[in-house]
Amino acid sequence: MRGRCSRPNLFLLAVTIMLGAASSVQAHLVNTGFGPFYDGFMHLFVTPEDLLPVIAIALLAGLRGPRFGRTVLFALPVGWIAGSIIGPAFAPPLSLSTPEIILTLGLGALLAADWPLPLAVIAGLGILLGLMHGILNANDLAKTPSSGQLVLLGVMVALFISVSILAGQAASVQVMWARTVVRVVGSWIAAIGFLMLGWAMRAPA
Amino acid sequence: MKYAKVSSEFGRRLGYPHFNWPDRLIVPLIGLVLLFYPLTAFAHKRGGEAIGFVSGFEHPISGLDHILAMVAVGLWGAQLGAPAIWVLPVVFPMIMALGGMMGLMGIPLPGIELCIALSAVALGFAVFREARPKLWIAAIIVGFFAIAHGHAHGTELPAGASGILYSIGFVIATGLLHATGIGIGLVHRWPAGRVALRLSGAAVAIGGMFFLWKALSGEPV
Repeated sequence: MRGRCSRPNLFLLAVTIMLGAASSVQAHLVNTGFGPFYDGFMHLFVTPEDLLPVIAIALLAGLRGPRFGRTVLFALPVGWIAGSIIGPAFAPPLSLSTPEIILTLGLGALLAADWPLPLAVIAGLGILLGLMHGILNANDLAKTPSSGQLVLLGVMVALFISVSILAGQAASVQVMWARTVVRVVGSWIAAIGFLMLGWAMRAPA
Repeated sequence: MKYAKVSSEFGRRLGYPHFNWPDRLIVPLIGLVLLFYPLTAFAHKRGGEAIGFVSGFEHPISGLDHILAMVAVGLWGAQLGAPAIWVLPVVFPMIMALGGMMGLMGIPLPGIELCIALSAVALGFAVFREARPKLWIAAIIVGFFAIAHGHAHGTELPAGASGILYSIGFVIATGLLHATGIGIGLVHRWPAGRVALRLSGAAVAIGGMFFLWKALSGEPV
């Protein structure tokens, strides 16, 4: 016998084989399995249509300073709640896909341009964004009448956390290159908006 | 030797204490096991969201002509220095996506393949010559080619894929190609790096000429 194998070696071998092994990937998250609150919480993070403009408005406000970030932190959820309340009043449900895309594109472009917008405009954009997405989400919430409030609460918490982190990080940016990176994120969001607009307006094959 | 220890330990645990593979066979054996590990096979092309992101991400990096031009933009930006080094990566994705939107909407633009091939030639030549035009002229040149590249991508985008995830993958891949070019272009601060950068510009231009020849001869690029 030329020597005993140490446990770390065997462990490394097992890890190597497991890393090489392919497993099936589930692309769709149906629900979290943790109840309506966490379904709502995760909704924002698995819905890029909602997440992208939220990232854009949070970074846009953050780049202007902490006061702007704090305003959007409350303006966006307030608009979202208002939209969720008035959304079910529209029958048939509103289809806002093109205005939603244009707003995402515009927010991305404003972030890329690093435009010095006044506080009232940024707050208004936050409320408008919340209102629009609240109305769109209301139709989904209406399908779960027993737990709609909890789902909404989960969405609000996710919004609050996301905006706090992103706006806070953007507000703390001091150096030029870091500010440029934030602006590049904006240009990417605007680019995605352009492509989405193309998809929406694409002539049927 | 670690491999020997592993092989003898395997033998011991399997109940064959004298079982001991030659060291040089251990790594190929592990590779063989991984090769034969069963993978999930999909007989039909799926339209799910992961496919949308992955196929969108793959699209800009699937054609060498696009890669050459995207990287050359980053190289040129790094050569030009501030403010071009940060203006180009901010502006380029938006203009390219605008071209993509036009392609998606079916707005025709003539000579797209020629423009794409010319973009690699022109941008590579600019890097080779270390051309320093005014910022607005550089922006117009880059923007013109960005529209052509975006339009070609937009026309080729498959119907039925998840639009938003495809777009996210597409834009991220394009941005990363620029970032690669800028990252390579940072060697410009050293004299030897400056020469290497100019040579890489020449290589891009030669690659562009190849695609230009293919485009002119009517072959699929």
